[in-house]
Amino acid sequence: MLIRVFVTLKPSVLDPQGMTVQKALLTLGYTQAEQVRQGKYFEIQWNGDLRRLAEREKIEAVASQILSNPVIESYRIEWPEGDNA
Amino acid sequence: MKAGVVVFPGSNCDHDTYHVLKHVLHMETRFLWHGERTLPDLDLIVLPGGFSYGDYMRTGAIARFSPLMEGIKDFAGRGGYVLGICNGFQILQEAGLLPGAMLHNRGLKFVCRQVCLRVEASGPFTGAYSAGQILRVPIAHNEGNFYAAAGDLEQLERNSQVLFRYCSPSGQIDGRSNPNGSLNNIAGIINERKNVAGMMPHPERASEGCLGSEDGRGVFVSLMQSIQGRFSEA
Repeated sequence: MLIRVFVTLKPSVLDPQGMTVQKALLTLGYTQAEQVRQGKYFEIQWNGDLRRLAEREKIEAVASQILSNPVIESYRIEWPEGDNA
Repeated sequence: MKAGVVVFPGSNCDHDTYHVLKHVLHMETRFLWHGERTLPDLDLIVLPGGFSYGDYMRTGAIARFSPLMEGIKDFAGRGGYVLGICNGFQILQEAGLLPGAMLHNRGLKFVCRQVCLRVEASGPFTGAYSAGQILRVPIAHNEGNFYAAAGDLEQLERNSQVLFRYCSPSGQIDGRSNPNGSLNNIAGIINERKNVAGMMPHPERASEGCLGSEDGRGVFVSLMQSIQGRFSEA
């Protein structure tokens, strides 16, 4: 099962990398680029039954305690297609 | 007086720190391999600077799961002195032993230069300095932009948990003297119990005259005095 986890800086946290990318886009003429936030993306091949709550809680723990730092980051988990029951 | 210097894969200030503790301060000093599960009898543990686990994922994020970290948490829980320098500070934050987190430097560059620090609070890690003393100590980091949620920051300030702030040569705390964007110019903090401290500047690189500054040695001298104080109390 392929699980995708997106980690981004919280809105309250300044993102100097994203700001630099945004400035570069403006310099290149992409004036529509109002804001850029840079984050991280993880793909996890998971061998387990994701219909079970306990199994999903393990992924939540991985995302919240290891892949992201709750002081500065938030995360979003994208579950495999058809596993959203 | 026994000190231990933790060696993670990717630590690169471990030998410098060992040298200062053992050959400058003459403490009984040993290296502690991160994979060990038990700690020897110690009075002080230093987590040195470097790039533990290549800074993968986030600085310090993987080192905090090293087997030895459980022992270090117990040691800190018993009141033992723990000092994290640079990457060691980041690891202590990831491990939850110190509040806040480090963001990328505001200027997005790795900053490696001498900075001025103002001593903000007295205590076991700074007792050898006078209040407001200005130190010259080098920094060398890419993620040293101290961040903490508003409530945590307020608590740090209220409890005098800020040990050092970046300042101008005359001691002014301003934006120009802030090398990385740290909130309130914070360069070093201590926990509420005042036995676990972290600092981004490298005192071990400023502990001998031949290195251009001896201003960092006071951190280790302070710790020696604190440990001696404990011995005489006991």
